[in-house]
Amino acid sequence: MYYDVIVVGGGHAGCEASYISAYKGHKTALITMNIKNIADMPCNPSIGGTAKGIIVREIDALGGIMGQIADRAHFQIKMLNTSKGPAVQALRAQADKVVYPKEMLKKLSSTPNLDIIEGMVNDIIIEDNVIKGVILEDGTRYLCQALILTTGTYLKANILYGDKKEISGPHGERSSLYLSGHLKEYGFKLQRLKTGTPQRIEASSIDFSKMQEELGDNKYWTFSHDYPPSYDVNNQQKCYLLYTTAETKKIIEDNLSKSSMYGGYVEGIGPRYCPSIEDKIVRFSDKPRHQLFLEPESLYYNDWYLQGFSTSMPHDIQEKMVHSLPGLEHAKINKYAYAIEYDAIDPLQIKPSLESKIINNIYTAGQINGTSGYEEAAAQGLIAGINASLKIENKEPLILKRSDAYIGVLIDDLVTKGTNEPYRMLTSRAEYRLVLRHDNADLRLRKIGYQVGTISKKQYENLLNKEKDITSLLNFLKENKLKITLSISEVFEENGKDVPKISMSYYDLLKRPEINMEFLNKLVNFDYPLEVQTEVEIQIKYEGYIAKTYKEIHKMLKLEAKKIPQNIDYDKIKNLATEARQKLKLIRPISIGQASRISGVNPADISILAIYLKKEYNND
Amino acid sequence: MEDTIVAISTAIGLGAISIIRLSGPDAIKIADKIFKGKDLTKVASHTINYGHIYDGEKIVDEVLVSVMLAPKTYTTEDIVEINTHGGVSATNKVLELCLLNGARLATQGEFTKRAFLAGRIDLTQAEAVQDIITSATDKSLSLFVNQLTGSLKKLIIKLRKDIVSILANIEVNIDYPEYEDAPKITIASLKELLYPVKNKLNDLIKESKNAKIIKDGINIAIIGRPNVGKSSLLNKLLEEEKAIVTDIAGTTRDLVEGSIIFKGIKLNFIDTAGIRESKDIVENIGIKKSLDSVSQSNLVILVLNNNEDLTSDDHKLLDIIKDKTHIVFVNKNDLPAKLNIESLKEYNICYGNTINDNGIDELKNKIEDLFNLEQIKPLDNIYLTNSRQNALIKLAIKEIDHALKSLDEEIPIDLVEIDIKNAWNYLGEIIGATYKEELIDELFSNFCLGK
Repeated sequence: MYYDVIVVGGGHAGCEASYISAYKGHKTALITMNIKNIADMPCNPSIGGTAKGIIVREIDALGGIMGQIADRAHFQIKMLNTSKGPAVQALRAQADKVVYPKEMLKKLSSTPNLDIIEGMVNDIIIEDNVIKGVILEDGTRYLCQALILTTGTYLKANILYGDKKEISGPHGERSSLYLSGHLKEYGFKLQRLKTGTPQRIEASSIDFSKMQEELGDNKYWTFSHDYPPSYDVNNQQKCYLLYTTAETKKIIEDNLSKSSMYGGYVEGIGPRYCPSIEDKIVRFSDKPRHQLFLEPESLYYNDWYLQGFSTSMPHDIQEKMVHSLPGLEHAKINKYAYAIEYDAIDPLQIKPSLESKIINNIYTAGQINGTSGYEEAAAQGLIAGINASLKIENKEPLILKRSDAYIGVLIDDLVTKGTNEPYRMLTSRAEYRLVLRHDNADLRLRKIGYQVGTISKKQYENLLNKEKDITSLLNFLKENKLKITLSISEVFEENGKDVPKISMSYYDLLKRPEINMEFLNKLVNFDYPLEVQTEVEIQIKYEGYIAKTYKEIHKMLKLEAKKIPQNIDYDKIKNLATEARQKLKLIRPISIGQASRISGVNPADISILAIYLKKEYNND
Repeated sequence: MEDTIVAISTAIGLGAISIIRLSGPDAIKIADKIFKGKDLTKVASHTINYGHIYDGEKIVDEVLVSVMLAPKTYTTEDIVEINTHGGVSATNKVLELCLLNGARLATQGEFTKRAFLAGRIDLTQAEAVQDIITSATDKSLSLFVNQLTGSLKKLIIKLRKDIVSILANIEVNIDYPEYEDAPKITIASLKELLYPVKNKLNDLIKESKNAKIIKDGINIAIIGRPNVGKSSLLNKLLEEEKAIVTDIAGTTRDLVEGSIIFKGIKLNFIDTAGIRESKDIVENIGIKKSLDSVSQSNLVILVLNNNEDLTSDDHKLLDIIKDKTHIVFVNKNDLPAKLNIESLKEYNICYGNTINDNGIDELKNKIEDLFNLEQIKPLDNIYLTNSRQNALIKLAIKEIDHALKSLDEEIPIDLVEIDIKNAWNYLGEIIGATYKEELIDELFSNFCLGK
């Protein structure tokens, strides 16, 4: 059986990869161990969050599907950081763990060119360093032009709690025992990573009266740029906030040596941003209490996710720990917390296109690349799917820049710096985050999507109309002056704002701290959609800082434009420092810009490289 | 297009005129900002323009400015060369002003590198350029960094630590908005955190000791018994009649100072009242001042009279200068020698007379020998380090000021953070540190975060 593109793994990366490849017209197979687990959410019941919410918007802007599925599947949604600036605001939805996979499967099943196949891939077929297909455990062979590996935490997965170690994938699924070993034989460098997940508590055993309610926004939001909201803002589920107690701390301290981590049973390196509760107690021993959240996993079953309480303690200790929490004194634990360790590949072995440097036409995305998080995985899946398709079409790959998208930052960090812990996106990783906003994801990326064929003509035209509206509103505000009349003065006074002493343009007026677009609407009636007004307001109010950011971006882009030929022989360049030479040979940056971000490559090496390129390739 | 770079393209300490060269897209704009004379943005290419460099309202130096427009220049970019006359301190200031107005200090060989990359230099020279860069670029940064005094470096590291903990706190507020473990930074609390940072940066500028040495030049005290020709010697050196010269012993009762720029370094001459046992009270005050000036000087020139034997006063003075950097100038060599040369064996001697300029050049050469070897070369580095670090500190202050202003305008903290990060980066540049890893580490080590 032949497919243009085969995707191995049905998690968030695999879903995006297979969808977009099929959307672009390539015959695609999604091979998963268990169809029921497609788009499974084995950890937290939410999509989005700081930085991640913006990634979901970017996925949507580029034609991916996580955003629209999340919009259909959540029971609570809120915009985070509304008290802060526009750049760091991001959506987070509490997604139903039953509805999300169901909606995703519906979407994939109705996508033309896409077959979903159940089976475990044990090995791959390579000819002349090019991928040719995969071999399932029952010996079935599927041939392909491009392969996308999105194996998540399944490669040689072990589940750990206390001194117990079980060969198992997440919640009792099978571990993939052979594939990573074969990848190693073919030259992939493997690393062992670890992550964890907290307990699930039976709803009826929780006393919510002892906890603080956490509500959704009373305003409509969507991740999607194309579909209107489909939920009822007045019918959202509550989450709850609670705290650990002195007793919790004592139980953990007394039993520390029994945890897998502190007992020395774990090989994998865990993420710093996602420490287990025992980590937090040890590292921040002066803190009397730690925050925890209880979030419902679904409206269709009774498990509540105890966020912040991830641990690798044995089950009897977990019972004691949970019962020390206010409101959970009589809690029934439906699922115990566990740590999971798995094989990942060294992301320095992949290109910025997410294609492997080892074997041609193999792409990797998600946790196999050393990342963490549904959104990070989906983003890579989408890019891998697009680039596998472009490769088949004999086109240049899509490489997003750090100034284009969080997705660009994510992939650039991975392939330039590598990672030795599961990588999570943070807003602080994005140096140009002021221009990488929730509100402008479409303005940044839809054109690119249209060029690579993942955005429809109609979606593209909507974008052009939005751009036109933005320009026209901007011009209106610049060209028209507010005349201070008696009635205008009254509007200012009624709203508790100082009446301007002189007539000024609306543009200048909007620059004042106390004036916003909502107020301007009371002075003039703009007939522009809200999203256009928001965009214009941001552009005017933060003009100075946005300009400052663009200046930095401009500098970076000049360096990015200086491409390094991929056949360059670094051994021929005299005077390169040894460490720089080794790093350059390993990472093989595509541009001077990327080279300059490699740790251990200093400005002198960059100069020498630039001169060599000029000499050998007459490259400007 | 690249950024605009600046450097002093003449060797420091050699020649009275220094050239500060700017190259890049903003070269003319930057020069025009600090220059008063013709509007440099409007002058023709390849012209030399007379005017003054200003630091705000203050004249720094009288200069000639060459403007060369791209592409017919060495680097093929716009080039401006500022010819200064005011010696090291003025050159230093002009460089600093260029840095403050948006230029970056060029690394060694960078003009040549640009010339090469623009195709102005033959390909065969490529290897040579590479060598220059390898040998110099690395070193120049470490040089800058090594030149920092231990205490300054410590201060900057401490300040950056203060700033990074502010940054990390802001970042945690952003990335973990629902976590209460990190204190919430507000506009008011951020202002309170930033003022001390700004004050400390201002103190740094004031305390910059190296700046003082460069600005003040080398102090040279001229001492000797009354009427041996100290004032005449000073006049010869200054080539002007600044000191009052008479043949009545004890005329000079105050320290008379004059400065010349010699080989690019400022030499401050201190003519002193003649030193001898005296009952005249006014003269005694002068002598005390003379002895003070000896202790404050970098070099002492003792003037002796060739026509007289050493007196007890002379012996006292010889004792005083024995352990100091000194030159003994034996004056009046046109008159018969009555001086006992034997007792001066261990001293650095120069003969001459102040009537006919005899020996003056030799004296200047001796000064050059003494200071070229031991003083001027290191001064060269201090000089560069100094303008660089001052400019970077001032740029950091500018960013903090902008942050404070924005906070007053109620700009959200995550935007204002851009200024604070810039300030942090400028300070990092001084000590050769990098930004991103440090911040992420700080985030995770200082705050308790997780799922």
